[in-house]
Amino acid sequence: MNYLSKTILLCAGMALAACSNPDRFADGSGGAGGMYNGAGAGMAGSAQDPASPVYFQQTVGDRVLFAVDQSTLSSEAQATLNGQAQWLMTNSDYSAVIEGHADEQGTREYNLALGARRANSVHEYLVSRGVAGNRLKVVSYGKERPIELCADEACYSKNRRAVTVISAVPSS
Amino acid sequence: MMRYVMTLLAALMLWTHPAAAQNGPLRLELTEGVIEPLPFAVPEFVSDDSAGAELGRRIAEVVAADLTGTGLFREIPQDAFISRVTSFSSPVQFADWKAINAQALVTGAVTMDSSGKLVVRFRLYDVFAGQELGDGLQLVGTQDGWRRIAHKVADQVYSRITGEAPYFDSRVVFVSESGPKDQRAKRLAIMDYDGANVSYLTGSSSIVLAPRFSPNGDRILYTSYESGFPRIYVMDVGSAQRRALEQQEGSMSFAPRFAPDGRTVVYSMTRGGNTDLYSMDINSGAGTRLTTAPSIETAPSFSPDGSRIVFESDRSGNQQLYVMPAGGGEAQRISFGQGRYGTPVWSPRGDLIAFTKQSKGRFHIGVMRVDGSEERLLTASFLEEGPTWSPNGRVIMFTRETQGVQGSASLYSVDITGRNLREVPTGTGASDPSWSPLQD
Repeated sequence: MNYLSKTILLCAGMALAACSNPDRFADGSGGAGGMYNGAGAGMAGSAQDPASPVYFQQTVGDRVLFAVDQSTLSSEAQATLNGQAQWLMTNSDYSAVIEGHADEQGTREYNLALGARRANSVHEYLVSRGVAGNRLKVVSYGKERPIELCADEACYSKNRRAVTVISAVPSS
Repeated sequence: MMRYVMTLLAALMLWTHPAAAQNGPLRLELTEGVIEPLPFAVPEFVSDDSAGAELGRRIAEVVAADLTGTGLFREIPQDAFISRVTSFSSPVQFADWKAINAQALVTGAVTMDSSGKLVVRFRLYDVFAGQELGDGLQLVGTQDGWRRIAHKVADQVYSRITGEAPYFDSRVVFVSESGPKDQRAKRLAIMDYDGANVSYLTGSSSIVLAPRFSPNGDRILYTSYESGFPRIYVMDVGSAQRRALEQQEGSMSFAPRFAPDGRTVVYSMTRGGNTDLYSMDINSGAGTRLTTAPSIETAPSFSPDGSRIVFESDRSGNQQLYVMPAGGGEAQRISFGQGRYGTPVWSPRGDLIAFTKQSKGRFHIGVMRVDGSEERLLTASFLEEGPTWSPNGRVIMFTRETQGVQGSASLYSVDITGRNLREVPTGTGASDPSWSPLQD
């Protein structure tokens, strides 16, 4: 009852700046935000050219998968990353961003941190195979960008991933 | 938001019964045992002109919706009324309201003053005692702000009858969502607590996550990918101007929350794959590292007195809740049930911690005491998370997401007793709500 004072201030027009035009930011883009997850959009070269990012994505393999709540690399993942490291060493003009992802079975903040662990596992492995660390960046999308949408393990297993995205333009 | 106050002076006038009892016999104690909602009547607020009458009808509707929405009150429909309230000053026919079992009666009047301001007067009656409950009040605001005035009226009614602090005159910032899960567009939005007056604070060209109000509601912390990497921003609510907080090169930062001082921010920063908690003075950018474990430490939330932080960590092997001093130091684990615990949020009363629990393939919103005792799960579904407290600590709002290809997120609220689960209407998909303090 302490608010039962003799005066009540009412700022009934509060935030009218926002209310008067409720959608100042209507950009109509519905943009996904962030980067493409290996959709091949805007990538240079053809799948036949071993020096092309498309070849990296489709033939070398741009992603590795993880077990539930884990960031350790399976032997299959290590084999893929050996190929990635070799490609990166051969095509030294390119840089890459390693995107870490989680499935939706977790809270948002935790999954961001988990995705970062996964991206970092890939980063450390590639560096251990000779790729210069300054060519690699890591980012986590947590559970924000699944590629499979069903609510069972068949989809979740593909969403628990780290994707090495080659910069479309050589960095040097 | 304070800047708008200047233009909208309001005065309270005691125009009747200055000595009226403030605590009559009509009282609803909010305990575990309250199940039967208290019946009330809110006739349309009267007015001398048609514009005022329309507002009077809508104000009465919002007052009734606020009260009904608590699950603690039950509205008696207008067509059951015996008495018609045609004049605010005429004596109330208590017998007519008793006959339809209206225990509480709210009457009001709407006028416009000479400058075009909306003037609303109301009285609350304890029908069975045959007297007013508290003093009549007069509220003044803009005509566009009629909903806020209605919420103020309902806040008064709620508080006088329950003895609890109110929460209707408050807002919620959240993430508005559209599009399928694999290309979901997210943008910051703000609305009244009941879903009215949605407006947008950012565009949808970058992912935005988990906005959090400052202690007085003037600013919002949130995480955005607009740089290509998760980074924390602070936005002024009134102007929508924003700036990025200081960030170390090559790091990611997220999960920010204000301290009660409105100046210190606690958050997670990830470097080299390891996520720890840090605090920062938002003005100087000077930071302090609070945890140094190789495990994940995230989702920090201050106690209302600012002395402690509750957070989640997987240092034990999976996500659990811990409490540590605000400056860092030894942390005590407080969650010990089966399953995983995340997103802890300290209640504004200081007595409870709300959390998300994952157990046996289901998600729950729950509350526990600060020492981890008396854990109580309030909800259950395929996926829900991210509780936020109403300003009075009686209600929790959270995100619920449905499963599968067509899955979408929406906001729900639930009483801390676990009753009165409701979807909050937002127009679009919605996630990550943060409830403002009660507005001035």
